[in-house]
Amino acid sequence: MKIFNRNNFCWLGLIAFSFILLSVLINIGVIDTFYEMTLVSIGINIILGVGLNLILGVSGQFSLGHAGFMAIGAYSMGISYLKYPTMAGFALGIVIGLILSGIVALLVGIPTLRLKGDYLAIATLGVAEIIRVLIINMKITNGAAGLSGVPLFDAIPMWQLVFIFVVITTVIILNYVKSSDGRATLSIREDEIAAESMGINTTKYKVLAFVIGAMTASIAGALYASYYGTIVPTNFNFMKSVDILIIVVFGGIGSFTGTFLAAVVLGILNTVLQDIGDLRMVVYSLALIIIMIFKPSGLLGTKEFTFSALFHKKNRLSKKKGDPADGSIKH
Amino acid sequence: MKNTFFMLAASMLLLTACSSSGSSKDADTIKIGGDFELSGNVAAYGSAELNGVKLAIKEINADGGIDGKKIELVSKDNKSDTTEAASVATNLATKEDVVAIVGPATSGAVKAAIPAVTRAKVPLITPSGTDDSVTLDSSGKVQEYVFRTCYQDSFQGITLANFATDKLNAKKVVIIGDNSSDYAKGLTKAFKKQFKGDIVDEVNFTSGDTDFQAILTKIKDKDFDVIYLPGYYNEAGLIIKQAREMGITQPILGADGFGDSELIKLAGAENVNDVYYTGHFSTKADATDKTKDFISAYKKEYDAEPSAFNALGYDSIYLIKQAIKDADSTDPEKIKDALEKVKDFEGVTGTMSIDKDHNPEKAAVVIQLTNGEESNATIINP
Repeated sequence: MKIFNRNNFCWLGLIAFSFILLSVLINIGVIDTFYEMTLVSIGINIILGVGLNLILGVSGQFSLGHAGFMAIGAYSMGISYLKYPTMAGFALGIVIGLILSGIVALLVGIPTLRLKGDYLAIATLGVAEIIRVLIINMKITNGAAGLSGVPLFDAIPMWQLVFIFVVITTVIILNYVKSSDGRATLSIREDEIAAESMGINTTKYKVLAFVIGAMTASIAGALYASYYGTIVPTNFNFMKSVDILIIVVFGGIGSFTGTFLAAVVLGILNTVLQDIGDLRMVVYSLALIIIMIFKPSGLLGTKEFTFSALFHKKNRLSKKKGDPADGSIKH
Repeated sequence: MKNTFFMLAASMLLLTACSSSGSSKDADTIKIGGDFELSGNVAAYGSAELNGVKLAIKEINADGGIDGKKIELVSKDNKSDTTEAASVATNLATKEDVVAIVGPATSGAVKAAIPAVTRAKVPLITPSGTDDSVTLDSSGKVQEYVFRTCYQDSFQGITLANFATDKLNAKKVVIIGDNSSDYAKGLTKAFKKQFKGDIVDEVNFTSGDTDFQAILTKIKDKDFDVIYLPGYYNEAGLIIKQAREMGITQPILGADGFGDSELIKLAGAENVNDVYYTGHFSTKADATDKTKDFISAYKKEYDAEPSAFNALGYDSIYLIKQAIKDADSTDPEKIKDALEKVKDFEGVTGTMSIDKDHNPEKAAVVIQLTNGEESNATIINP
């Protein structure tokens, strides 16, 4: 498979185009400070959602502990960046978060991922709560009062940094999904017994997906800490895990395009509804209920948007026989 | 997948197009923003403050507004969430063009909103964020745009020290501290600094403890007049119970962490005697001449007794009014400058002057509990 094929160029073009479009909109003031904030929080939610979708949609494991790993990332960044308010401190925060969350996910994943279904959900929920309670009781995290005054990252505008990380995490995760390891992980979702009988080490691949998901969550947490400057343990409670779960389910479990779409739609909905005060949660919840009734599989189900499919369709439409678009089968 | 960025941008455009038509600046009104917890786990605080804010604005508008300009309240819900508190503050300051923001109610949410208001250069007044560090940054410098109408935590320690000396004639004090919380440590430090008498003994517990027999036995036979107990209601309730059952009858002094009905449940009403704690407001003691009018106006409007949160929200609006009058301008920057200079402003929770750290110097109320009931309230001036 060539790296420089038509599909990849299209994706690259789209990334560049979105980046330029956003820069222009921000520079001419169409996206002001407030919408920029929405933009950043949507970006952070995309990273969280994509990570959870890998666990939930690809490996088929029901995890309710995503907020816990986000907390690890946020506190690693908060502590390190408060101590060393430099680029090195920032990088150190991200690296420590990645390593810590990876280790915790590995330690937790090996025993718990032998569990199935509801048991796993309860176990991961427990882990997230343990992380939160530890944070409340540790000195370095400043207990229940949390950390404040974390320097705001200002080497480049925050939305650009989040944009870059969204691209990096998504590319890494999608490449994993499309690799042979990823295919093995997918087979576990489809049928664990069948996968096992084909000689796939199911625990290994489940743990692998879980660890990668947890590490992306820690990146999201780190970005969160350096953008908002204040982190308190209650930010990372059970409800945060549920919020992330909603994004994944709303967009369609297993569809990464869906996760993007859901994060954007929910982010905008949340912003627009800010004006209606008390009724906000009612309307927000109603919107969720309506979507779930009419589209139980989420906005996009398991569909993905790909350029190869687009070219393929175009080719079919122009009825050119024997000339399938490159990359329509291999990605 | 990245095509969603495209959609995002498109929807943003649409959104801006929709909203820009609505927010034209009206010169005849003064917009004040409300960043309150209206849903979520501390919704009770935010909603109570909003009630006070609404009452104050209604009164001012009925009275002809400020220099003929009516006040318009733009209140948004921050869901008791720090992220939302920051987002609401940004929205109010940049999109709604408010001249000042009232709220949020909790210290964590206020801290999250600080970068937003500092960037937008709009003053923020929190009615009940009591943490000392709210108005100071990590290096101890004052946060330029953040003010409050409640006193800060450490001030309570000072008030309680004065109260012990002046009202209880205490010469010898035992401190039962909590070395695991910043709140309690701050209170102990402030008390020790202010108290002129003798500190006979200092014992410590850790949040979450339930058995205090050991530390109570240790102090039981000591000669002292008062127990100083900075801590939250959950441990304080149990300590009061075990101390009274052990036969320790000396008065017990605490801070606003006592202010929860759970304290009385834990201790048992019959044990809660000679217990004093600092509060922000009490209907039993008139802090200023305005307090009575406020209580009756509040009862008329909401058919309920006003709480400290109602009163502090109410004071925040009048404080902004005072600043606008002093500055003779509705420019947020000038309002901020005027707020820094406010002297002897008469609110319903006390007469306050803003000090260099943006804290109000004002009187505190010390509430006395007898048989679990609020039996008396005393105003202690700073």
